[in-house]
Amino acid sequence: MLGCIRALMASVVLCLWCGAALAVDVRAAVLRVDYPSLLPVSRFDLRPDDLGFAGAALADADNGTTGRFLGHSYETVTRAVPPDEADAALEDLLAGGIRLIVVQAEAEDLLRFSDRAAEEGALVLNAATPDTALRDADCRANLLHVAPSNQMMADAVAQFAVWKQWRDWMLVEGSNPADQALGAAYRRAAEKFGARIVEARIFEDTGGSRRTDSGHVLVQRQLPTFMQGAADHDLVIAADATDYFANYLPFHLWTPRPVMGSGGLRPVTMHGAHEAWGATQFQTRFEELAGRYVRPEDYNVWLALRAVGEAVTRTETAAPDVLRDYALSDEFELAAFKGQPVTFRGWNGQMRQPILLFDGRITVSASPQEGFLHQRSPLDTMGLDQPESQCTAFN
Amino acid sequence: MKTLLLSTALVALGLSPALAGKAFISNERGNTITVVDTDTWEVLTEFAGGNRPRGITVSPDGKKLYVCASDDNLVRVFDTETYEELPSLPSGPDPELFILEDSGKRLYIANEDDNLVTVTDTETREILAEVPVGVEPEGMGISPDNKFVVNTSETTNMAHFISTEDYEIKYNVLVDQRPRFAQYTADGTRLYVSAEIGGTVTVMDIAEDGEPTVVGKITFEVPNVRPEWLQPVGVRVTEDGSRVFVALGPANRVAVVDGESLEVLDYILTGQRVWQLAFTPDEKYLISTNGNSNDITVIDVEAEEAMRSIQVGQAPWGVATIE
Repeated sequence: MLGCIRALMASVVLCLWCGAALAVDVRAAVLRVDYPSLLPVSRFDLRPDDLGFAGAALADADNGTTGRFLGHSYETVTRAVPPDEADAALEDLLAGGIRLIVVQAEAEDLLRFSDRAAEEGALVLNAATPDTALRDADCRANLLHVAPSNQMMADAVAQFAVWKQWRDWMLVEGSNPADQALGAAYRRAAEKFGARIVEARIFEDTGGSRRTDSGHVLVQRQLPTFMQGAADHDLVIAADATDYFANYLPFHLWTPRPVMGSGGLRPVTMHGAHEAWGATQFQTRFEELAGRYVRPEDYNVWLALRAVGEAVTRTETAAPDVLRDYALSDEFELAAFKGQPVTFRGWNGQMRQPILLFDGRITVSASPQEGFLHQRSPLDTMGLDQPESQCTAFN
Repeated sequence: MKTLLLSTALVALGLSPALAGKAFISNERGNTITVVDTDTWEVLTEFAGGNRPRGITVSPDGKKLYVCASDDNLVRVFDTETYEELPSLPSGPDPELFILEDSGKRLYIANEDDNLVTVTDTETREILAEVPVGVEPEGMGISPDNKFVVNTSETTNMAHFISTEDYEIKYNVLVDQRPRFAQYTADGTRLYVSAEIGGTVTVMDIAEDGEPTVVGKITFEVPNVRPEWLQPVGVRVTEDGSRVFVALGPANRVAVVDGESLEVLDYILTGQRVWQLAFTPDEKYLISTNGNSNDITVIDVEAEEAMRSIQVGQAPWGVATIE
């Protein structure tokens, strides 16, 4: 109530300057859990300390510039914590009155955070976890997904492969649970779009010699023999969510074929070379602020907070339930440098967005591909569709 | 027609057709300006236009060509007769689009990377003011009485009404996603603001004191074209206000809108990714820049039909014309 009165008083003052705008202070947080991890296969993929947070800083700047004309201010705090300190960090944020929380964490932690946040009426935005289950039976009413699901990513690749008429796939999966989950998404994608998995193999994670001086020498001998003797295929699909073999695949096959998925042509939400649809100015703004190229993680956090900002701009409130309802409504749309507005699926809280197909240098293509149609939006050809989803929390 | 006859006569006499109208097209990726004769529709020449030329306009006397050289962070100036480069104007960083007041003195420039509108004096070549606006300012319109400059900010999704007297923002109007262009009618009673990703054109009535009121929205629909490809960018209105032409980006069409009813009457096929538009000074023709097919399309304004397309440089962005 006190906050309410203060807001009203502020708005009276503001009205002298800017007409009918109501003052709104938007306080949000980004909570990033840093799990123990091995070095990436490529040095280009080393994790910067401000991964995701740089996107938050840009979103605050963007939202704040807009907010200045409306009497809305934005402040986002960032927390990077090891797994065993994550719950305490969440408690701390909630105790500080923050009710809009962007999370970069694995599925199990994300769900626990969401349930705890729900008790305080807070809205959680998933900027990292691709687990399809969270958009399915494990969905939560106060959890919106800005990060695409494994299924959206796999469908994006599958559409392009089918558009190319490369329908016979060899699927190479990693042996870790995350790799297997991604592999399952590619199997469903193949079925959905009429491709065939003519051969499937699992490349065991034996804790191998990644990034050693002679790593490539062994890889050059071992990987081709692993790929030997497969049924005729047009394409190799790699499902390596844990980054231990897929980046080696393109030039170490037995039969020369294009590689897509976790290596070769990869589905991403954004990359530092993307220029179409006005993205150049997003890139220059980001680079000026962060001093490096944008990563998908940064873009996901930026997009989550921009979605919050857009909802605040249109509803003139920071109340989580109002923002959530607006984001899920037909009125919500947001420009995201992807050539068409991004929106949320009202039945499971997943953001609809085009997926870029990136070869490490340029945007090779963007899905959905031409000719894949849907009664609601071509974007709904990617990921779980309403009839397939077991999610009931949004009913 | 008179101009055409005259220039033909001059050519027959072996004189240079100095009176021929010209269109100047900025080629964003080619870093050049293409000059097209608007009587014969032949390409006259192509010259270096600075790095990433986008916004383009001419001085009221038609003698100077101004080009936003976005990656040079300045406005390049050229002689429209000799194509010689004249001293540049300071623009602030990353100038994208600008508008010149009727006197030709003050140039209002949108600085896309810096959330500013820069006001530059074209005579003294000094910056007069910097006005903070929303994120990614782009569209620039000026009221016919020159009292207001309207800037659209693409990520903030607003039209900002800047007073040319004190450079203060007097009104902010929220529009749909990614507003690209603002265009007043000649009588100043109406303003059209296109929203590329929103797929709409917001229509505002403008009161005598300049205050805007949103009165409607133009939406677009083309059979067999995905709605998300209908991306309004450039807008031009005929002198009498009866027709509004809207370039629809990747839909490869220019919409013809009734200025009274705001109904879309027709869609004219152009080249690919049509962005900016300009009338010839006699308003007989409308020229569109088609960024992905590297050409321009000439539309007969009265017939509301595309006449021809002309190959220009790489990724044509903006167009300006002189008599």
